Amino acid sequence: MTVPTPPMLSLDRLSVTFQTDGDPVRAVREVSFEVAPGEIVAIVGESGSGKSVSSRALLGLLPGTATVQGSARLDGTELTGLRGEPMRRIRGNRIAMIFQEPATSLDPVRTVGWQVVEALRSHRSLSRRAARARAVELLDLVGIPDSARRAHSYPHQLSGGQKQRVMIAIAIACEPEVIIADEPTTALDVTVQAAILELLRDLRDRLGTAIVLITHNMGVVADLADRVVVMYRGQVVEQGTAAQIFAAPAHPYTQRLLAAVPHLGQGRSHVDAQAPVPGSGTSTPALAVRDLVVEFPGRLGSPRVRAVDGVSLTIEPGRVLGLVGESGSGKTTVGRAVVGLVPAAAGTIEVFGTDLRTTSPATLRALRRRFGFVFQDPAASLNPRASVGACISEPLSVHAVGDDASRHRRVAELLEAVELPAAYATRYPHELSGGQRQRVSLARALVLAPDLLIADEPTSALDVSVQATVLALFQRLQAEMGFACLFISHDLAVIDLVADEVAVMSEGKLVEIGSTAEVLRAPAHPYTRALVAAVPVPDPAEQRERRRAAGNLA
Amino acid sequence: MLILVTVVFFFMRVIGDPITASQGGRLSAVQLAQRRAAAGFDRPIFTQYSEYLAGLLHGDFGTALTDHRAIREVLVTNGAATLELSVWALLVAFLVGVPLGRLAARYRDRLPDVSIRTFAVLVYAAPVFFVGLLLKLLFSATLGWLPASGRASAGVEVALTNVNPKTNIMVVDAILYGDTSYVLDVLRHAILPALALGLLTAGVFIRLIRINLIETMRTDYVTAARARGVPERLVVRKHAFRNALVPVVTVMGMQIALLLGGAILTETTFEWQGLGYVLSRYLLARDFVAVQGLVTAIAVVVALASFLIDVINALVDPRVRF
Amino acid sequence: MSAIVTIETEGLAGPPPRRGFPGVTLLRSTHGLQRGMLLGGLAVITLFVAVAVLAPLLAPYGFNADRAGGVIFGTQQAPGAAHLFGTTVGGQDVLSRVLFGARTALTVIVLAVAISLVVGVPLGLVSGYFGGVLDRILVLITDALYAFPSLLLAIVVSIMISGGRSTPFGGILAAAISITVVYVPQYFRVVRNLTVSVKNEPFVESARITGARPGRIMFRHVLPNVSQTLPVLATLNASEAILTLAGLGFLGFGIEPSAAAEWGYDLNKALADATNGIWWTGVYPGVAIVLVVAGVTLVGESLNDVLNPMLRTRGGGTSTADEDEIAIAGDLDPAAGELGSGSDATPTTEDDR
Repeated sequence: MTVPTPPMLSLDRLSVTFQTDGDPVRAVREVSFEVAPGEIVAIVGESGSGKSVSSRALLGLLPGTATVQGSARLDGTELTGLRGEPMRRIRGNRIAMIFQEPATSLDPVRTVGWQVVEALRSHRSLSRRAARARAVELLDLVGIPDSARRAHSYPHQLSGGQKQRVMIAIAIACEPEVIIADEPTTALDVTVQAAILELLRDLRDRLGTAIVLITHNMGVVADLADRVVVMYRGQVVEQGTAAQIFAAPAHPYTQRLLAAVPHLGQGRSHVDAQAPVPGSGTSTPALAVRDLVVEFPGRLGSPRVRAVDGVSLTIEPGRVLGLVGESGSGKTTVGRAVVGLVPAAAGTIEVFGTDLRTTSPATLRALRRRFGFVFQDPAASLNPRASVGACISEPLSVHAVGDDASRHRRVAELLEAVELPAAYATRYPHELSGGQRQRVSLARALVLAPDLLIADEPTSALDVSVQATVLALFQRLQAEMGFACLFISHDLAVIDLVADEVAVMSEGKLVEIGSTAEVLRAPAHPYTRALVAAVPVPDPAEQRERRRAAGNLA
Repeated sequence: MLILVTVVFFFMRVIGDPITASQGGRLSAVQLAQRRAAAGFDRPIFTQYSEYLAGLLHGDFGTALTDHRAIREVLVTNGAATLELSVWALLVAFLVGVPLGRLAARYRDRLPDVSIRTFAVLVYAAPVFFVGLLLKLLFSATLGWLPASGRASAGVEVALTNVNPKTNIMVVDAILYGDTSYVLDVLRHAILPALALGLLTAGVFIRLIRINLIETMRTDYVTAARARGVPERLVVRKHAFRNALVPVVTVMGMQIALLLGGAILTETTFEWQGLGYVLSRYLLARDFVAVQGLVTAIAVVVALASFLIDVINALVDPRVRF
Repeated sequence: MSAIVTIETEGLAGPPPRRGFPGVTLLRSTHGLQRGMLLGGLAVITLFVAVAVLAPLLAPYGFNADRAGGVIFGTQQAPGAAHLFGTTVGGQDVLSRVLFGARTALTVIVLAVAISLVVGVPLGLVSGYFGGVLDRILVLITDALYAFPSLLLAIVVSIMISGGRSTPFGGILAAAISITVVYVPQYFRVVRNLTVSVKNEPFVESARITGARPGRIMFRHVLPNVSQTLPVLATLNASEAILTLAGLGFLGFGIEPSAAAEWGYDLNKALADATNGIWWTGVYPGVAIVLVVAGVTLVGESLNDVLNPMLRTRGGGTSTADEDEIAIAGDLDPAAGELGSGSDATPTTEDDR
């Protein structure tokens, strides 16, 4: 789609090698691609693909243990090997960078205005006053309301989305030719992500800045990118226009990657006829939460914070309820209250007809055998000092089920069920990959053959392809074992894949609940509508259509 | 604060009543009982406690049993000496500790770092009184350059007792007296104790600043500042150092106690008539009324210092609110 | 050395044994000058322990002897053939006192560290895990104790133990207990704070959801993940303990000179000598203190640097967030994240002594 203009940025067989205690690690191998002026090129890949390393190599931001070979040119200027003052004059001035974590990328002890001014004055000889005026303009440009006053705020006084806007203001301060955006929206909620992506697109259109977008999110790629570079294990496996890559991926890895991405609207919401609830109405629900209220003590002097406010939901045996919401919506708190990790201030939590809040400790202990819990962070949810076998059999020993031999057998059974070799029982959690650890977590949660599973963002910390296999495993086990499940996630596409019913939370309240098809295809509540509209789908054509629709809606 | 005072009070009473402790063995049982009754130590402990608290509120710390000095007066005169010593020592600690800590962080794991860290460890490992002893051996016994002990030469000290207004801070007194040679004499006396106590604190500063600088240098915002083309020099000065200071300030608050503990030893080594010096005297004499008063005062000072640190912290770190 | 070994084994006595000998993996994970510091420190400690154990064989005379075979040594004799390090103002052989002083120091350290661990760790664990009123009171008390110069605290306790009177019970145990009082709050605080952070880790919560009882959670899940920092803390405290012991001795609240040889006491006696230019009475015990404390501190610092993942480097230089990416790419260093939540584990490194 671009006329053959000379590229703004071109990488030619760029390699990065890290010196380590062991063998040197080749993080990036002979990567070549070009970026035309005003073009948005997405570099996609999963963790370990070397996508961030290659972009940092451009600006010389790698640690001293890294050696960079090959060539990277900015409008004809060679960047590799550039250090000191010449490199400094490139950074921020001609190539700017936006980082993944806006929360940690701003200096906490300086006002945001100060930091924009610093970026300006590093490259332009402006008076302090002129720089400050320009900084306010820039903050205004990136959509910070009341920018003159906000310039005096410290980073901790801004929301995550606003911080990322400040980072963008810093990036465009010196009108660079290229902006490298390293996972700019990964740490943000979907609705905020949509706004930031909109801002980036707008900046490209208005300022003609080329953008290198590093991301693992195919939806973001489909939304924004003109061209796509796919990286895998340090190498470029495929590149082409966005339309090409999504419509006809050539490389097997790209094909696998795209197949693994859950696509909102193509999961259970796609199936029109919902299977009738088995034995509905007759059996006691697996979980019945009524008017649940959870409060946390506020900061000294301030009132108590109501994290969950009057939430009611029911899960029939064998059914999966997806609980969605953005950060701070209280969805995780609901899950924690259900298993008794946080006390409920009011309401009832009935598990198989027994109210957890009023029952005796003995009954509660017995009841605990009937539910399992899977956490978000696979690294933290296993005791680092216990072997995998010990982790899985923990619930067995707690409830004194069986003897050593039978426990061993059960561990072996479950390892098989989660598709891990039986020999893994003697390994330690840190020797496993993230996906493997999450399988172990699942095995532990299921070791007592529970009737109710609570899964709190079980796949959010995983790469897309790993997430796909874990989700497939979950679906298979759920079908086989028939447990009911409260599946908590921020990702609507994942919920669409696994849940029979969906409940949507916002600011502690339940705004909508219904079958997956109803809620995701014809959302009734405005919040759900905004949420569904904000999710980028991994298909450029469809995404363009959705964007237009959302634009009309707003 | 109240807790501190309470802890001190009951701690001291667990040891035994003051009269028995200081005079036991010397007096007969009857005489002891009389003395105890006269001093009111035979009454219920809570009565004594509330009376003591009431006294404290009026600034009355009691009177020493052994030399009958009012504790308040001890606090003012000897406290000034300790204050003077601490200020000099802190000055030494800053001048030595901060630049060396920055240097070590900058050349991490290379020769300058290792030499500075070894220095820090040695300085930390050497007890103040041993450093003091070495300094005395070298500068006063062998070279004869500096006086070995005291706050001023005898003549000067006598002359300065008549200064009005008297601050008890020797340098200030000497300046008020208006004789340059006196000021120099006082300063010469302060050098060795300040070095001994200051080096000890410097060791802590070096390690703290090094570790915190290294940690802040690898934060995202430092990388982000580099990525926007801020010169390295400014990255360190404006971003890393300022942020590294936050935990340093906090720990420095805790170091006040270390400094005071070191002061006891330094003052004994150099016969510097400060709080630590008299405190160890009273301790050896088992004069618990005096000890109790002084320890309470020290606790109050430490509590005030930590409050001050909170204030400084709020100035350095905008995230901290009262 | 033995002090550290006991502590390490105590900390590791929990369920999952570490694969491989911990010392070797530890040494492997250091490099260059860092390794030099660790080895240097270990060498000094080994020497110290050897001297302490073999003191009666190595020392030419008894620590309190002022004569041998009826011949009086004489006071303040300069170093010479009969007395390699000279004699003290009391007429004892300096060399013998320095050698026997190592024995006193070692005994006191081992006792002090052991008692502090035994009291401080369980207290911190229970207080941190259960929280509530008990926790608040204990924290309040330790905070109050922190406000005192620790040396002062040790003095007060030593007086308390001897009952406010001078009794012959000014012995090694008394000194050890006085020092213990200073360090129990430190262990308490570190273990408590770690427990508070570990108890909210998902793996502990998952045990709670399962219905595990508090005792099981504390000892199977929390303790093993808290104990990793104890070797560092114990080593650093050991060096502080020597300094506190010397400080006590220096001020005259330590071990009675006739009961054992003690470096701090000797330094006090040597103070007057220094003014007169007599160097040997003070320099030798002083150097002994510096050597031992420096050795122990070097080991503690190296342990801290190695075990604290926040400060890890690979071959020097700073590292960036990309390291995660690299680590996964190359599958190197599986142990990097092992300390996990314990990154704030060593805040007391710089605490007062």
